[in-house]
Amino acid sequence: MSVTMAAALRGSLVTLVKGLSGPQWQQLACRPLSVSAALCGPEAPPARADATFKVTMVPGDGVGPELMTAVKDVFKAGDVPVEFEEFHLSEVQNMASEEKLDQVLTSMKNNKVAMKGKIHTPMEFKGELASYEMRLRRKLDLFANVVHVNSLPGYSTRHNNLDLVIIREQTEGEYSSLEHESVTGVIECLKIITRVKSRRIAKFAFDYATKKGRSKVTAVHKANIMKLSDGLFLQSCAEIAQLYPRIKYENIIIDNCCMQLVQNPYQFDVLVMPNLYGNIIDNLAAGLVGGAGVVPGESYSAEYAVFETGARHPFAQAVGRNIANPTAMLLSAANMLRHLNLDYHSNMVSDAVKRVIKQGKVRTRDLGGYSTTSDYVLAVTENLRHRPVY
Amino acid sequence: MAGKAWRSTILNLLRQWGLSFNGKDKIEAQEVSRVVGALKKGTLQPRTFIRGIQTVTLIPGDGIGPEISTAVMKIFEAAKAPIQWEERNVTAIQGPGGKWMIPPDCKESMDRTKIGLKGPLKTPIAAGHPSMNLLLRKTFDLYANVRPCVSIEGYKTPYTDVNLVTIRENTEGEYSGIEHVIVEGVVQSIKLITEQASERIAEYAFEYARNNQRASVTAVHKANIMRMSDGLFLRKCREAAEKHKDVKFTEMYLDTVCLNMVQDPTQFDVLVMPNLYGDILSDLCAGLIGGLGVTPSGNIGANGVAIFESVHGTAPDIAGKDMANPTALLLSAVMMLRHMGLHGHAKKIETACFDLIRDKKVLTKDLGGNSRCSEFTEAICQRVRDLD
Repeated sequence: MSVTMAAALRGSLVTLVKGLSGPQWQQLACRPLSVSAALCGPEAPPARADATFKVTMVPGDGVGPELMTAVKDVFKAGDVPVEFEEFHLSEVQNMASEEKLDQVLTSMKNNKVAMKGKIHTPMEFKGELASYEMRLRRKLDLFANVVHVNSLPGYSTRHNNLDLVIIREQTEGEYSSLEHESVTGVIECLKIITRVKSRRIAKFAFDYATKKGRSKVTAVHKANIMKLSDGLFLQSCAEIAQLYPRIKYENIIIDNCCMQLVQNPYQFDVLVMPNLYGNIIDNLAAGLVGGAGVVPGESYSAEYAVFETGARHPFAQAVGRNIANPTAMLLSAANMLRHLNLDYHSNMVSDAVKRVIKQGKVRTRDLGGYSTTSDYVLAVTENLRHRPVY
Repeated sequence: MAGKAWRSTILNLLRQWGLSFNGKDKIEAQEVSRVVGALKKGTLQPRTFIRGIQTVTLIPGDGIGPEISTAVMKIFEAAKAPIQWEERNVTAIQGPGGKWMIPPDCKESMDRTKIGLKGPLKTPIAAGHPSMNLLLRKTFDLYANVRPCVSIEGYKTPYTDVNLVTIRENTEGEYSGIEHVIVEGVVQSIKLITEQASERIAEYAFEYARNNQRASVTAVHKANIMRMSDGLFLRKCREAAEKHKDVKFTEMYLDTVCLNMVQDPTQFDVLVMPNLYGDILSDLCAGLIGGLGVTPSGNIGANGVAIFESVHGTAPDIAGKDMANPTALLLSAVMMLRHMGLHGHAKKIETACFDLIRDKKVLTKDLGGNSRCSEFTEAICQRVRDLD
């Protein structure tokens, strides 16, 4: 009995590990983050691009479709040369199937870039442990999630002028979907940490820090309790850190990190961590600057880039009420344009959003305003027209 | 009256789970964990009649531990609390068969007194034995960690009006300590969730909420990702909620809690969660009110054992320099008094401590003042005497 279980377990583990033994991740070192950026022209044309970029779009659940509409409206008003290929993938609305997932994957293979809302995971356990969100992540090998938490000028919170980057490993750890009931009433849930993936995310973090001119990387862990697993992660980070002598390296225990974040978040610069801790810190830090509606995020693999909100929530209670805050998604879209080397359009969108926030006249409810989503989008599009000449 | 009714309900429940207390069928009032650290309560409760002086095991701890323990003893003396201390030192010793254990005289004392107050203990890195806290937790089966986080007036943080309690399952989950290397470079760590422990903590959370006039209990989980393990935990919370319909029950994802916590902590009341999440959230909440230096903590165990402790470190750099801040240990001791039913003394000491911090005249360095630990202690003693 236990032998078969162990064998089955090992089987699923092996498949998990296999995903990373491929050659593609090793190339990461010599590959720029923005793959597709290298393919297109260097200068962003002021008026109109020769060609349009195709981008995969997965609106997801909850307010995702509304946010995507906001993005499309703004892009249309700003004459942004991007065309979306939309796929509705949803577990709760019975719109998820292998076929659909394959379609998304095929589209991603061609486009390399996507915008994505949160695909809601129903809580009830129906035999399938891995959610579509996780499967998509794994299939595309989106190992690095980057959330740049930046205070919005003009919107004041308890902690202002924040500027920190959270880099999260998001393919293994607690999210391995390996669980079983060893005896009745006792459930084992496996957390997997591998050296290969730990080193990969550590390298990504240091590369990111180098590229963006940041001075410090802090590894977040719980190695005092999980001595082997988090110990391995910590050790991998320390090893990689030695290759980057110019960047300061520190480590901090997760509970202390959370405490420090609410007391003095300014001490952090770039934070790198395993999966679950990333989920916690992403949300915590997003909360510090105004909530899930204002922080953009992105996920990278060696090949692909997916742009999404920083704190991923479907926000289902707001569906259809025209109250969602599209700031995060719009800023994320601006980041995507930068990734596509459409710097001009990227600045146009992000400047417009920031200007609207700074003026403070049109704000959605979560920022203490009374405007609807569509009012807000309208204000942003109006500000696009008043764009300054660079 | 009502208290008695509840007690018997709880006893029946305990019996239903098949928990026995030293084989006795009759359980003394003390043994059922009751009102723990109801810091939020403003009203004085009628003091239960105390039969003389009660003994409490005191574990001073390492680093600044002895200083702050002395401070607490002094303040208790000034408040004339009917407590007699039994001091015990804790070090890890190796029993027959190489099993790590705490010294027998400490265990014996705890088994007798049932109540302990503990300062910070040093966790040696790579000393070969498990951390002392873990050892204590295992020895007395301290399954629930309770931390009330209440904003302290006068000690300014970005957050005001925080008033919540985190209840953390303390025996299993991610801290099961089962880890192994499967192949070189691949480590597997097992998180263990059991029906029994989940049920126990869920029941305790509701019981606590009810005993302390708290309105709602929120279960914090991640059942969308860990569908079986956290799913089990959540199911047990829901079952407990069914039994306690007078307490409002909500459930929330861990990430949502974090997101909302830093934006508006006032929306939370009692939070119950598995081990790791509890570890993280309890420290996060401590951060909201000013850090571990002002956060009390209590551990509730089986067989009526309860250990109250300060959760900050041993601060070896300032040990012996009369600079430490005894507030956390003092507030934990106040929690202990409430647990023992000594509400009058608890209120008195708590008021004295909060008043002193509000006045901002005598404060230790970490609270933004310049006073020494002994001066701070003396000032509290003075106020305690004045309150008489």
